[in-house]
Order: sequence, then structure tokens, then C-alpha cells
Amino acid sequence: MKVHSMADASPRSSSGLPESIPLEVVSLVKRFGPVTAVDGISLELRGGECLGLLGPNGAGKSTLIRSVVGRVIPDAGRVAVFGSPAGSLEARAALGWVPQELALYPRLTCRENLAAFGRYHGLSGGKLTESVAWCLDWAALADRAGDLAKNLSGGMKRRLNMAAGIIHRPRVVLMDEPTVGVDPQSRNRIFEMIEALRAEGAAMVYTTHYMEEAERLCDRVAIIDHGRIIAQGSHEELVQSAFASRSQVLARLAGPPGEIDAWVERHAGRLVDGAAELTIEDSTLIAGLLDDAARSGLKLLDVTMRRPNLESVFLHLTGRELRD
Amino acid sequence: MIVSVARTALLSLRRDRAALAMSFILPIAFFSIFATIFGGRHDSTSKINVILVDEDHSPASLDLARGLEREDSLVVLTRPPSKSKGAELPEYTAATAEAAVKAGTAPVALIIPAGFGQNPVSFGGSQTGPAIQLLNDSSDLIAPQMVAGLLQKAAMTSMPDVMAEEGMKYTDKYIGGFTPDQRSRMKSSMDQWRKAESDGGVTGKGSASGGPIAVKSRAVVGENKDMVSFYAAAIGVMFLLFTASNSAGVLLDEAESGTLDRVLSSRVTMTTLLAGKLAYNTLLAFMQLTVMFLWGWAVFKLDLLTHIPGFLVMGLCTAFAVAAFGMLLASICSTRAQLGALSTLVILIMSSVGGSMFPRFMMPAAMQKAGLFTINAWAIDGFTNVFWRDYPVQQLWPQVCVLLAIGVALSLIARRIARRWEFA
Repeated sequence: MKVHSMADASPRSSSGLPESIPLEVVSLVKRFGPVTAVDGISLELRGGECLGLLGPNGAGKSTLIRSVVGRVIPDAGRVAVFGSPAGSLEARAALGWVPQELALYPRLTCRENLAAFGRYHGLSGGKLTESVAWCLDWAALADRAGDLAKNLSGGMKRRLNMAAGIIHRPRVVLMDEPTVGVDPQSRNRIFEMIEALRAEGAAMVYTTHYMEEAERLCDRVAIIDHGRIIAQGSHEELVQSAFASRSQVLARLAGPPGEIDAWVERHAGRLVDGAAELTIEDSTLIAGLLDDAARSGLKLLDVTMRRPNLESVFLHLTGRELRD
Repeated sequence: MIVSVARTALLSLRRDRAALAMSFILPIAFFSIFATIFGGRHDSTSKINVILVDEDHSPASLDLARGLEREDSLVVLTRPPSKSKGAELPEYTAATAEAAVKAGTAPVALIIPAGFGQNPVSFGGSQTGPAIQLLNDSSDLIAPQMVAGLLQKAAMTSMPDVMAEEGMKYTDKYIGGFTPDQRSRMKSSMDQWRKAESDGGVTGKGSASGGPIAVKSRAVVGENKDMVSFYAAAIGVMFLLFTASNSAGVLLDEAESGTLDRVLSSRVTMTTLLAGKLAYNTLLAFMQLTVMFLWGWAVFKLDLLTHIPGFLVMGLCTAFAVAAFGMLLASICSTRAQLGALSTLVILIMSSVGGSMFPRFMMPAAMQKAGLFTINAWAIDGFTNVFWRDYPVQQLWPQVCVLLAIGVALSLIARRIARRWEFA
């Protein structure tokens, strides 16, 4: 796993913070009473990069994001956006935040919503008009510009929510689960929007529960649990770190339950929804595994061998217990 | 099954504090206010201020003045209240008394003219002497009638000698006169009455009847005016308060939807946001007042056009105070339901005590003073001064200052409380 070094040779801003790093979080701590929501997180977002934040519910992702946008005052540590402290005017101008909630004015039209948030970010005149038009195009809402936000479909509201977050064309975008509750078509459209934004050079922090989204969109992923980053790196680095060269075997077997349990236990696996989940060091070892099943009187219904994915890493690191 | 449905509803009510407050606190609060005003459960009865000017200084006028002073329901003012200890201001004259009624110091002034004592009472409307002048503020419909009645009562009970002398004259004229012995006994009795009067022995507790004293009434404030302006202000302010709290409640919607967070992550600060909301709510309240007064002008012939400067000043100050009040309520509450319950409770109580539901002069003295802690009372007083008393703008300064001070204070408190939204 590759963890980026915090040391760099970047030029420094007047505050002494490195200027060229889009986002730098150093030893961030935030407590709410007895609960430590963020427990010493450090991370760095490079120019043009998309960093995925994965973590179970309550892991501290939202508190981390809210600290970055200046809505939460940390108890310790610091956040810098292009060298400026979180919450400063410079940081606010450089950051675009797309919250998970549909934070829109329901009785305003799409155009009016975008114009309102544009003005809040200091845009006016031709620049505002131009930016609103760009965002409507980007979100594929140009033909619905005059519709009230409350009358849009779920997917359109999501896209408008995203557009309102980047109306001022920020260099760093924080996306908090932008695809929650949308259909596959809208999700694809949102992916295209994000890819277009990245193509323009924006750096991005992308929070999601969908592993395939993180695999598709993110250059690196940070897995957060209990307020800490427990793993960080590219998809391949994370898999390599968690599973090395091992492969996963998923098998469905028929036979006496006691025999199935004993077989799974012998091979250090576990039963998930009636299917055996095992890990083997090398793909050639699968033959021995199946021979042992046959010797135990178990009948193989189906078997799959796969390279572990991000979800495997996530569950491996965070466990399967419910967190809600 | 019926019990299950009822049980579920009861559980929901128990956990909805707003609904609980509306169900139990509001009725009790209202019952208490109305019981205090109309039920006689108060310690201090409402007294009527009467300015008395005695231009006659005759024994009869002095008797009458003493009789009025003995009335429990009147506060007789013969001179303006002194602003510094030990320095008494000169007594009211007819002119200063009229000005004082116009200024709202008292709703009624009585002027006993010179020459009144020569022929103070008459039976049968044949009085030839000068009549007592009763100057009144026609916004108070009760005070002049009460004072007129009590004046006749005082005449009947405070001047027995005068009444008897007048009776003797009628006896002499229509029956044929008294014998010397009768005259002697009558004189002796009258001397006793006079002594009793000078000793304060006449209680003035007798019942009033007839009208032996001639009184000329004249409205010096509100002549040819109806009460439309009063009701426009009284009802208007109450609804303004409701609108302002509802409008400020948008802040709670925005907090709940996450819009507030998003706005505060832009260049907009909490102070800027609240100032913007305050400006909008002030404008909205002022527009509401304008529409209401324009309606009064168009439909009820309210004299708006000759009072535009006063309306603008009072309208804007009232709108500002009301908007700040709404912002404060919204900042205190966490949810719309809480805001709805709290605003209904507070606004209805403020409106009843502050004179939006019935005029404050009908209330006990203590409640009239309590009304001074409400926006309603100051706003209604200000609008009454504009439309009823025809005050120029510069004379509205007490109401303007108080309303602006209320607005500023409530805004600052709201800003302070809104810190909970600012950062976590």
C-alpha cells in the first residue's frame, strides 16, 4: 500500500502552508463529547486526483468532510486548501462541496438555484450567467432550467445538487455520496459529469458506499473506520496489502451441514449467506480444496474463483458487523 | 382495536412537546389573561385619569372638585406630573388641559368655568350659568361617559347645601315660600351640612341620578374619525408577528435540508445570512402593513394619504421589531413544530396583553404596564399617535426608539443563539 508522504518541496503560502497541494489534512481530531469522531486523520489530495473515502456508517467520513469545508472546528490538527486554512475566504473559494442532502431551494427553478449559490460564492454579472449556463449543460438540465427544483425527478435533483456545489468552478470538489437513491441511468450520467469535471483538472474527494464507484472513479481510496484511516492507496495497492497474491473462492455445497461447517473450518473460511468463502494462496490450490470436499461427501453445486476486489478489502478490514 | 389506536395517539402526543404545549399551556395562559382582565381577580382596578381645571374657585366648584377626588374610580389631575422632586408644575389651564388630552395624558378633562358657583345646578334644564366643559379623546368610548355620570353623582352628594338652596328657590317660586320659622330651621340644617362637608363627612357614595349640572362635551381628539386606524394597527401587528415567525422559520427548513450548511460553506457568513433574512422579513412585514392600510384607505376611508410620513416611520419601525422577533423565535427553536407552538403561545399572549385584541385602557393598571413589554403596545400607540392624534413625525420618538431598541436587542440575541448553527 502506498501512503503519500506529507513532506514535499512545494512553495509555501503566507501562512507557511504548502500552496500547491489542493488539500492537506494533518493529524485531525474532532470529539463530540465522549465520542471521538475523527481520531488523528492525515491525508493529502494531489492536483487532478480523485481520492475515494470509504467507511461504514459512523466511521467519521462526514465529520472529516465538514472539517474540510470549515463547518466543524477540529479539536486538534489542521486542514489546508491550497495552503489556506479551512474556513478562510481563500479556502471557501477553492472548495466546492456537494452534500449528501439535497441542499436546494425547492421553490426556486434550476437556474434560480444555481444563480443564488453563484451569488453566495461572489459571482455576478456575465460571469454568473456564464457559469449558470455551463452548470446547466454539465448537469444536462438546460432544457429544465425553468422548472422548480421540487418538481424534478430524483436523478435531476441529484444533478442539480452537484451543479450547485461547483457553480463557482472550484479547484477542489468534495462529493458526499452523490449517487444515493438514483437509478442506473442517472448514476451513469453522474459518472460522466464527474469524469468531465476531472478532465478539467479538478481534484476531488469522493465519499461513497458503492465499491464499484470507487473502483471506477477514484485514483486512490482511503478506508476510514472508528475515526482513523486504516488503509490508503490505489485499488491494487489495497488488494495487495490485504490479500497479497491470494484469491477468493466462493463455493456452494450440498451435504450434511456438519460436514460443510467442518470443511469450511479446515480451510480457514467462513459461511456467508449459505455460501462458503475461502482464500487460497495460489489458484492451483483450488483442486485440493475441491478434492477434500468430495472426500467429505459434499456435492459441489457451483464454485467461483476471483481476485479480491475493493469490497473484499473493505469487509476484510472493517468486518461484517452492522454499524447502524 | 379502538384502545390500540387511542394508545398510539397518546404515545405520539406524549413525545410531541409542541402539541402538548398547545393542548394545555395555551388555554391556561389565555384563560388567566381574560380572567384577570374581565373576572375582577386583580388587585388594582382600572382607574380613569381626569384632568380638572377649576377656573371658578367658588365654594361650589371646590365642593365638586373634592367630590370628584373622593371617587375611587377616578384619578383627578390638577397639574402635570412633576419630572423632578420638589418642583411642582403650574396647574392645568383650559388650554394645557386640552393639549394634555390631545397628547393622551388623560382621556378626559373637566373645566369648571368662572361663574359656575353662582348658579351651579338646575332642575329641569333651565340653567342660566356657564356649563362645565368635558373635553375627551374619542378613542376611549368609556371614560367620558363614566366621568359625566360621576360628575352628576359628585354634584348630588358633595354639594347638599347648594342643592338644598336651589330647592328652596324652587319652593319659593312655585309653592309660595317658607314661614320665618321654617327658614330658620332650614338655615340651621344647611349650616350642619356645610360643617359636615368641611369635615369631610359627606362620603360621596350615594347613587347618581338625573343631571343637575350642565355639561358640554367636546371631543378634542378623533373628531369625525372612526376606529379603523386603531384596528388596522392592532390586528395588523398581531398578524405581522405570525407572518414574521413563520417567515423566519425558513431558517429551520434550511438547517434541516442542509441548505444552511451549504450556504455557510460559501462566502456568506452567519451574520450576513441573518442580516439578509432580517432585511427580507422587515420588508415583508412592511409590505403587509402597507397593503392593510391601503385596504383601509380604499374600503374604510382611512385617512392614509395625509399621514404618509408617520405611517412610513411607524410602519418601518414596527416591521423591523416584528422581523427581529421572528428571527429570535426561529433561532430558539429546533424544529418547525416547536416554532409553531412557541410562536402561537407567545404571540397570542403578547397580542392580548399588548392591546391587539382589546384596547389597553380597558385593562387593569398592572396589565397596562405589562403591555409595555410587548411590541404590540408600542406599535399601536405609535399608529394611534399618527392617525388619531395627528402627531408630526418628530413626536413619535418614544415609540420609534423603543421599537428600534427592541429590534436591535432581539436581533443581537438571535445572532448569539444562531451560533449553534455556525460551527460544530
